[in-house]
Amino acid sequence: MTEYILAKYNYWIYVVLMMIGLYAMMGKRNLVKKLIGMNIFQTSIILLFVSTGVKKGGATVPILMHAGHEHGAQLIQVSDYLNPLPHVLMLTAIVVSIATTGVALATLILIYKRYHTLEEDEILAIRRESRAYKTPRILNPTD
Amino acid sequence: MGEVIYSAKPLWAVLVSMGAAFLILLTGEKARNLRESWTILAALIKFGLVFSLIKPVLAGKTIEYTLITLLPGVALQFRVDAFGLLFGVVAATLWIPTSFYSIGYVRTLNEHGQSRYFFSFAMCLSAAIGVAFAGNLLTLLIFYEILTIATWPLVIHHEDTSAIAGGRKYLVYTLTAGCILLLAIGITYSLAGTLDFVGGGFLAGHGSPGLLILLLTLFIAGFGVKAGIMPFHEWLPSAMVAPTPVSALLHAVAVVKAGVFGCVRVILFVFGPELLQQLGVWTILAGVVAFTVVAAGLLALGQDHLKRRLAFSTINNLALIILGVSLLSKNAMTGGILHIANHAFMKITLFFCAGAIYAKTHKDHVSQLDGLGRQMPFTFAAFAIASMGLCGLPPVNGFISKWFLCLGAVETHQIVFLFVILTSAMLDVAFFFPIIYNGFFKKPLPDVAGKVDEAPLLMVLPLCFTALFSVVFGIFPNAFLNFFNIVRLAVTNVLGG
Amino acid sequence: MSDQLPALIIVAPLLGAFLTPIIGWWNRHLSHPWVLMVLTIPLYAAYSSLFKVIKNGPFGYNLGGWAPPWGIEYRIDYLSAMMLVLITTIGFLAAINAKSAGNTEFKGKEAQFYTLFLLQITGFLGIVITGDLFNVFVFLEISSLSGYGLIAHGEEGAPMATFNYIIIGTIGASFYLLGVGYLYMATGSLNIADLATLLPALYHSKMVLVGFAFFTTGVAIKMGLFPLHIWMPDAYTTAPNSVSTLIAPLMTKVAAYLLIRILFTLFKPDFALSVVPIATILGWLAVAAIVVGGVKALAQTDIKRMVTYIMVAEVGYIVMGISVMNRAGLTGAILHIINDACMLLCLFLVIGAISFKGHGREIYHFQNLNKKMPLTMAAFVIVALSMCGIPPACGFFSKWYLIMGTIVAKQWVFTATLLASSLINAVLFFRIIEKAYLAPPEDVAAGLDHTEAVIITRDKVPLTMIVPILISAAIILILGPLSGKIIETVIQHAVPAIF
Repeated sequence: MTEYILAKYNYWIYVVLMMIGLYAMMGKRNLVKKLIGMNIFQTSIILLFVSTGVKKGGATVPILMHAGHEHGAQLIQVSDYLNPLPHVLMLTAIVVSIATTGVALATLILIYKRYHTLEEDEILAIRRESRAYKTPRILNPTD
Repeated sequence: MGEVIYSAKPLWAVLVSMGAAFLILLTGEKARNLRESWTILAALIKFGLVFSLIKPVLAGKTIEYTLITLLPGVALQFRVDAFGLLFGVVAATLWIPTSFYSIGYVRTLNEHGQSRYFFSFAMCLSAAIGVAFAGNLLTLLIFYEILTIATWPLVIHHEDTSAIAGGRKYLVYTLTAGCILLLAIGITYSLAGTLDFVGGGFLAGHGSPGLLILLLTLFIAGFGVKAGIMPFHEWLPSAMVAPTPVSALLHAVAVVKAGVFGCVRVILFVFGPELLQQLGVWTILAGVVAFTVVAAGLLALGQDHLKRRLAFSTINNLALIILGVSLLSKNAMTGGILHIANHAFMKITLFFCAGAIYAKTHKDHVSQLDGLGRQMPFTFAAFAIASMGLCGLPPVNGFISKWFLCLGAVETHQIVFLFVILTSAMLDVAFFFPIIYNGFFKKPLPDVAGKVDEAPLLMVLPLCFTALFSVVFGIFPNAFLNFFNIVRLAVTNVLGG
Repeated sequence: MSDQLPALIIVAPLLGAFLTPIIGWWNRHLSHPWVLMVLTIPLYAAYSSLFKVIKNGPFGYNLGGWAPPWGIEYRIDYLSAMMLVLITTIGFLAAINAKSAGNTEFKGKEAQFYTLFLLQITGFLGIVITGDLFNVFVFLEISSLSGYGLIAHGEEGAPMATFNYIIIGTIGASFYLLGVGYLYMATGSLNIADLATLLPALYHSKMVLVGFAFFTTGVAIKMGLFPLHIWMPDAYTTAPNSVSTLIAPLMTKVAAYLLIRILFTLFKPDFALSVVPIATILGWLAVAAIVVGGVKALAQTDIKRMVTYIMVAEVGYIVMGISVMNRAGLTGAILHIINDACMLLCLFLVIGAISFKGHGREIYHFQNLNKKMPLTMAAFVIVALSMCGIPPACGFFSKWYLIMGTIVAKQWVFTATLLASSLINAVLFFRIIEKAYLAPPEDVAAGLDHTEAVIITRDKVPLTMIVPILISAAIILILGPLSGKIIETVIQHAVPAIF
C-alpha cells in the first residue's frame, strides 16, 4: 500500500492539495480565505501538469547543448529530455491564475469599501438589512 | 385531385389585412376616418381575392403557393381546396358587414383603444384566412396560434376585472391547447414524415391503433378547446365580456370556427373516414360531441345574460358540425360542413342584434328585453329570422344543413344521433322563442318605454344584410357564393367519387 | 486577404482592445466609434467565413504557419462559422447599445469599459474558432476575466456576486484544464481533430473517462446548467445593463457550443451513446433545470432577475436537445442556441432601455409603460411571444425541433417538461404584458377615462438604444420563417452524420 502511494506520490500531492483548495473555497466564510483556497486549487493543477513532463532515467531540460556544431550533429534522443509542452502550457495557466487572483483581489477591495468587512455572513446580513429599504435604482434622473 | 395552379393570391389574401393592421396602427386615433377606411378597403380587397378563387376551385383545381421551407418536407404553404375555401369565403364575406358594424358600435359607445381594436381585428382576419388556406398542419398551427394571440387584446378590451379574468381564462385554455396541438403534430410528423393535408387522410398505415387513438384524442382536445367541445368550453362564455362585434365575428365565426375547421381537417384530411372506421372510435367521438350538443342546449336555457346564452348556443351548434362530420356518412358530412357557413351567417346576425340592443339601451339580459321589439323592429325582426334558422325552420338556411344532418344520421342507422339533432332543435326553440315573444308582445320596462328607437344605421344595415342573406341562402343555397357546390366538392374530395 | 480571415476574427478585436485605452486617453468620446469600427472587421470576416464554409465546406487556418497537431489550428466548420456570425452580430448590436447605457454606467471610465468589452468578444470568438483544447481554455479565461471585471461594476450587490462568480467560474475553468491534462496524458495531443482520431481506441481507459467527466462538469459550470447555475442569477442581475446585454446571451451559448464540441467532435457520438450514460444524466438535469428555472422565475418580481432564471431554463432546453441524441433534438439545440441568444439580447436591451429611462425593474413599475415607451414594449411583446413559443417568432421553431427530438427518443417526460415550460413562460410574460398594456383595474372601476389619462408618447430613448432593440426584435421575427433555410444550409451539416 505504501509503495503504491509512494510510486505515484505526485498524483497524491495534487489530489490532496486540490481537496484542500476545494474545501477552503466551499467551507470558509472569509472571502480572503476563499481566495487563498482558489490559489491552492489552481496550483495543484499546475503541479499535476508539470509532473507529467517528467521522464525517468536522467532526462534533463530540453536545451540542445551541441546544436549548431558542424560535426557535433549528434542524434537528439527524445528520451533524454523532459517533455517541455506541459511546462509551456503551465506558463500560460500561471498567467491566467495570477490574473484571476488580481481581479478577485480588486473585487475584494470593492467589497471591503462597501461593507467594511470580508466575512461573508456579515456581508449577507448587511445586504439583507439594506434590501428592506431598497428603492428602485435610477440611472438617469434627468429624464 | 385535379390540376394545381400556382398563384400568390392566397398569400395576398392573408397579407392584405395584416398590412392594413399596421396602417391602422400608424394612422392612429387622430385620423379616425382614414383609419377606418383602411379596414373597409382591406375587407373589400380580401373579399375580392377570395371570391376570385371560387371559380377555379369549383372547376376542380387547387391553388397552391409555397412561401418557404420550414422543415424537411414541410413548407409554409397555402393550398386552397374546396373545404378551406368555404371557411375562407365565410370569414372574408362576413368581415365586410362586421367592419361597418364595428365602426358604428365603437363610435356609438365611444369606446377607448379603438386603434388597438381595429388592429387586432385585422390581424385576426389575416390569421383566420391563413388557417383556412393552410396546406399542412404546421402552417395551420402557425396561423392558429397567431389567431389565439391576436384575439386576446379583443377579449380584454374593456380592461375591467372581469375582462382581464376572462382574458386570462382564454389564454390558459387556448395556449394549453396550442401546446397539445404542437405535441400532436409532432407525433404525426414523426409517424408519417409529412403534414400535408390529403383528402381522405394520410395517417393510414402508420403507427399502432393505440397510438393513433391517443393522437386523435390529442388533436380533438387541441382543436376542441377553440371549438368549445365540452369539457373544454368554459372559456367561451367568459370571453363574452368582449365588445359585441368581437363576439360576433370571432366567437361565432373566426375563432371558434377555426377550432371546428381544425377538427374537421384532422378528422377528414389527416385521419380520414376509412381509418376512423377501422379504429372504431368515431362512435365515441360522435358520442362526446352529441353530449355537448344536448348539454350546451340545456345550459343555454339557464342563462339570463343574452350573450352568454348565445355563447352556449354557439357551443351547441359547433358540436353539431363536428357531430355531422364524425358520423362519416356523405349526407351528414355535407350537412356538417354546410353548417359552418350557415351557422356563421345566423349567429353573426344574432350577435349584431345583441350588440345593437346593448349600444342603444345598455341592456344585456334576456329578462330586460321585454317590449323592445316594437321600438327596434328591424333589429328584432333580424333576431327572429336568425333564431328561426338556428331552430331549423325553413326558409332560413339553417334548415338545409339540419336536413342533411338528419339524413346523415338516418343513413348511419344511428337513431340516437337523429334524436340528438332533433332535441337540440327543440332546445333552440325553447331558448330563443321566449326572447322573440317577450320582445314583441310584452310591455316594455318603464325606463326604456317610448324612449328608444332603432340603433344607428351603421349597425342596423349590417344586421339586416346578414339576416337577409341567411334567408337567401336558405332558398338558393348556391346563390352568389356557391356554398352548396363548394361543400359538395369538399365532401367528394374526401370520400372520392 | 480572404485566406487570413480566421486570424482577422481574433486579431482585430484583440489588437483593438489594446489600442482602446490609448484612443480613450486621447479623447474618451472617440472610444465608442472606435469599438464599432473595430467590430466591423470580425463581423465582416465572420459572415464571409460562413459563406465560404457554405460554399466550400469546412476549412482550417494554421496559426503562425505551424501545421497541426503541433501548432494551433483555427478550425472553421459549419457549427463554428454559425457561432462566429452569432457572436459578432450580437456583439455588434450590444456595442451600439453600449454608447448610451455604457457611457452612463461607466462614466469617466469609457476607455476601460470598451477595452474589456472587446476582450470579452475576443474570448467568445476564440473559444469558438480554435481547434486546440488548451487554446480554448485560454480564451475561456480571457472571456471570464473580462466578464468578472465588467460585472463587478454593476449595482449594489455586484462585487459580491462577482466574487462568487470568480470562485465558481475558476473551479469550472480549472476542471476544464484538468480534463485537458488527462486527455493530454493519455494521448499526447491537444488538437481536437487529432484527438478525435486518437481517442476511440482509448474510450475505456480510466484516464479518458475521468478527463471526460472533468470536461463536462467544467463546461456545465460555465454554462450555468442546473445545479451549477447558482452564480448566474446574481451575476447577471447585478451586472450593468450594457454588460449583461453582451454576456448573458453569449456566455451560456458559447459554453453550450463547447459541450456540443466535446460530445460530438472531440468524442464521437458513440462514446456518449454506448460508453458513458452522459445522455441520461444531462437529460434529467435538463428537466430539473427547466422546472427549477421556471418555478424560480415565477417567484421573482424583478424582471431582470426573472430573465436570469428563465436563462437557467433555456440552458435546460439546449442541454435537453443534446441529451436526446438524435438528429431532430440536436438540430433543435443548435437552433435554440441562435434563437435564445437573440431573444435574450432583445430582452436585456429592453430592460436596459427601461432602466435608462429611470423606470424600476419591478413588475409593478411596468404599469402603463406601453404609453411611455411604445416601441420598446412592442419589441418586448415580440420576445415574449417568442419565449412562449408562438409562431412565427423563432422560439416556436427551436421548440418544435426539441419536441420532435424528445418524441423520436420516446422521452415523454422531457416532452411534457418542454410543453409545460412554454406555458410557464406564457404566465411569466403575460403578467407583465397585462401590466404594461392595460389600465390599472382601480382606474377602470373608478370610471376614469384611461385613454385620456396617459397620452402615448414617443420612447424618448437615444437612437443607439432603440435601433438595436428594433433590429433584434426584427431578427426574432425573421429567424422563425428562415429556420428551414438555416437548417438546410448550416445546421444539418453541423449535426454528426451518424444521427
